Amino acid sequence: MTPNTEAELAEIIRGADGPLRIEGGGTRPIGAPSNGARLSTAAMRGITLYEPGALTLVARAGTPLADIETALAAEGQRLAFEPMDHRGLLGTSGTPTIGGVVAANVSGPRRIQAGACRDFLLGVRFVDGRGQIVKNGGRVMKNVTGYDLVKLMAGSFGTLGVLTEVALKVLPRPRSMGMLRIEGLSDAAAVAALCRSLASPYEVTGAAHLQQGPDGTSVTMIRLEGFENSVAYRAEALTRLLAEYGTWIFEADTDKTAAHWAHIRDVGPFQKQAGNVWRLSVKPTDAPGIVADLPGARAFYDWGGGLIWLLAAEGSGLSAARVRSAVAARGGHATLIRGNRSQGAFPPLPAPVAALQEGLRLKFDPRQILNPGLMATGAAV
Amino acid sequence: MEMPVPRPEILARKAELVERLLEVLPADAVISDPAETRAYECDALTAYKCPPLVAILPGSTEEVAAALRICHEMGVPVVPRGSGTSLAGGALPTADSVILGVARLNEVLETDYDNRFIRVQTGRTNLSVTGAVEEYGFFYAPDPSSQLACAIAGNIAMNSGGAHCLKYGVTTNNLMGVTMVLMDGTVLDLGGAHLEAEGLDLLGVVCGSEGQLGVVTEATLRILRKPEGARPVLIGFDSNEVAGACVSDIIKAGVLPVAIEFMDRPCIEATEDFAKAGYPMCEALLIVEVEGSDAEIDEQLGLIEDIARRHDPVEFRQSRSPEESAAIWLGRKSAFGAMGQINDYMCLDGTIPVSQLPHVLKRIGELSKQFGLDVANVFHAGDGNMHPLILFDANKPGDLELCEDLGSEILKLCVEVGGCLTGEHGVGIEKRDLMTHQYAPEDLEAQMAIKDVFDPKWLLNPAKVFPLASSDARRVA
Repeated sequence: MTPNTEAELAEIIRGADGPLRIEGGGTRPIGAPSNGARLSTAAMRGITLYEPGALTLVARAGTPLADIETALAAEGQRLAFEPMDHRGLLGTSGTPTIGGVVAANVSGPRRIQAGACRDFLLGVRFVDGRGQIVKNGGRVMKNVTGYDLVKLMAGSFGTLGVLTEVALKVLPRPRSMGMLRIEGLSDAAAVAALCRSLASPYEVTGAAHLQQGPDGTSVTMIRLEGFENSVAYRAEALTRLLAEYGTWIFEADTDKTAAHWAHIRDVGPFQKQAGNVWRLSVKPTDAPGIVADLPGARAFYDWGGGLIWLLAAEGSGLSAARVRSAVAARGGHATLIRGNRSQGAFPPLPAPVAALQEGLRLKFDPRQILNPGLMATGAAV
Repeated sequence: MEMPVPRPEILARKAELVERLLEVLPADAVISDPAETRAYECDALTAYKCPPLVAILPGSTEEVAAALRICHEMGVPVVPRGSGTSLAGGALPTADSVILGVARLNEVLETDYDNRFIRVQTGRTNLSVTGAVEEYGFFYAPDPSSQLACAIAGNIAMNSGGAHCLKYGVTTNNLMGVTMVLMDGTVLDLGGAHLEAEGLDLLGVVCGSEGQLGVVTEATLRILRKPEGARPVLIGFDSNEVAGACVSDIIKAGVLPVAIEFMDRPCIEATEDFAKAGYPMCEALLIVEVEGSDAEIDEQLGLIEDIARRHDPVEFRQSRSPEESAAIWLGRKSAFGAMGQINDYMCLDGTIPVSQLPHVLKRIGELSKQFGLDVANVFHAGDGNMHPLILFDANKPGDLELCEDLGSEILKLCVEVGGCLTGEHGVGIEKRDLMTHQYAPEDLEAQMAIKDVFDPKWLLNPAKVFPLASSDARRVA
């Protein structure tokens, strides 16, 4: 089913007599697979409003992300939360949609400085599980009128309602981008250096560490964006600040820098590599210890250590329970992004939190027909 | 302003309630003498007052939980209160309610500069959070103008903003985690020192829920390193339209100032009389502030000057020193005081799409004439958050009502042009009955469904946010 309008979508949901599998472009199969009837938002597309001078864009949920990025680029703007493209990692094809980005709250390396998708989401329209059309938020940047269902919808993976339209805050695209890079640091030294860079006034917009760079040695990278002179100035200041870690190399070329960070954003290191892929959200300084507790895993770090991408190859002995307990010991959570999707991909929740989430799902989707079970949690450890 | 009729069966059980609360709280944390409960009869929306049945000041999350459990069992409404600086009546009690003040929860629990967060109890004031970390060059970004007095608990309840949101976002963008207590006494944690929600983003819903979903006792807040420097420019224009166009052009040019403030002529005149900041007499005035190193600031201000000059400003004044910066900000920061000097005033808080600025200011001017009340406009222009200040005389019979009616018209106008009723103050009681102008019944139903889950008996701050007619059936239950 591929409704053309919000009204048609509402009609379909009202008349549904069984589970529905909600899909945007179908490029992000995360969480437990559903055997419901396919319901695609792809035909509800188009940018309905774009005011560059107000930094706002409104688009229907099925609008291809690429269309939005093209429209923004024409005005020298962008989605600052830098949504990841999951196709390479998950081996999917298809056209990522803005609705899919929002439903999965997809962000990228800049999340550490600029915020996540949910932080740029100003308003939503959606159809809930009873076929009711609901709007929340709006198209303005500051809005505290009533409860914030906008944040709730971001990252709800279609389990509370099917998005039909989203309003986003956009930002100017900086004139240039550059990066500092150093090789050979241990995980612990790298995370310490990245944390120090993020705690500096130099507006770092990317802070990542690869255990294995292209030539096998580790690579630590710090991204800077802005006016050209300013990027150069801050690169120099950071080189001095982080001198104890060794000699940092400055890459001033915007395109080369962008390519490096697209690789990080799209989890390039684990594309076409067999094994389960985990996404761990942790306190940055805890990250090297967590990785050390999981021998046999390959890892790389984004968000200054706060995001660990983990590859657990078959035969590594790294069960879900082992990964989750390494995280639980220090705080944070782990989500299985690629692997056996029926085993409960999402992190286990404390009982009172699980009860609230369950209560919300029953309110918004009393018949439990919207992606039922997709956000099933793994066993508590 | 209509509030629910206090329930006699609760009033009749006051002695029992006090006795039970004293079993779980220290004697000095339970205030029941009517002479003392009066201190909690209102917040900063002083037009409405009602002393609570009892006020309590718990000193820990456990005490909050124990007290809430008792109120839950006895079916007593609870109104959480931070510092009582709400301009929307968010902390206004009813006669049958318990005020739960978080003032005694004011400790810093943890500061972590490597991971860039601070964990505090929520009775701590906004400014003292920055105070706790500024020695190391850090700050907490949301800066509501009441920041000297307002509590983090209230900031979270109202999702407070400030003048620097354009760059740093509002409370919800800087809140990483909370410890909160549900009405039935359940204690739970959401988020923490890591990023992203586990499962559904409940933290995002709790922030801005106006104390209706739970009592937040601890918060993990993102702290940022202070920029190397900041400098404002002051630009005067002879029309609102041109000033609005200039704001839009600055943003389109790829400069992201940390603040763009706008003042209209009535506001400029009033603040000049009061603060004598040396502002030019013109129709519209912008204060644009940028951050970074000296060279970065020069570069950004150079661009802003180029753009502004294309709009024929009547004045372009760049700060060359901290003193000059302070002088530029002086008038803006005295705006509210200046208004208070002239008369009583009501401060509105609607947000509009920036492109609608000239139209909205023109309409406000017309409405002001129609109602016979003066309106001055201060405005966070970068994000469209308006603060029309309506002057009235509280001692003149009928003037408050007239002012409220004018306020309603202005807020409806904000909604009409694609904006919203409140950008940072919250709904409280003040805008409760206007909610139907922004939201359809099913939109409000979806919001109320959230409260049904967190607080099924509707005991927490029950008569706020939603029009009483919409929430009636739930509150009685």
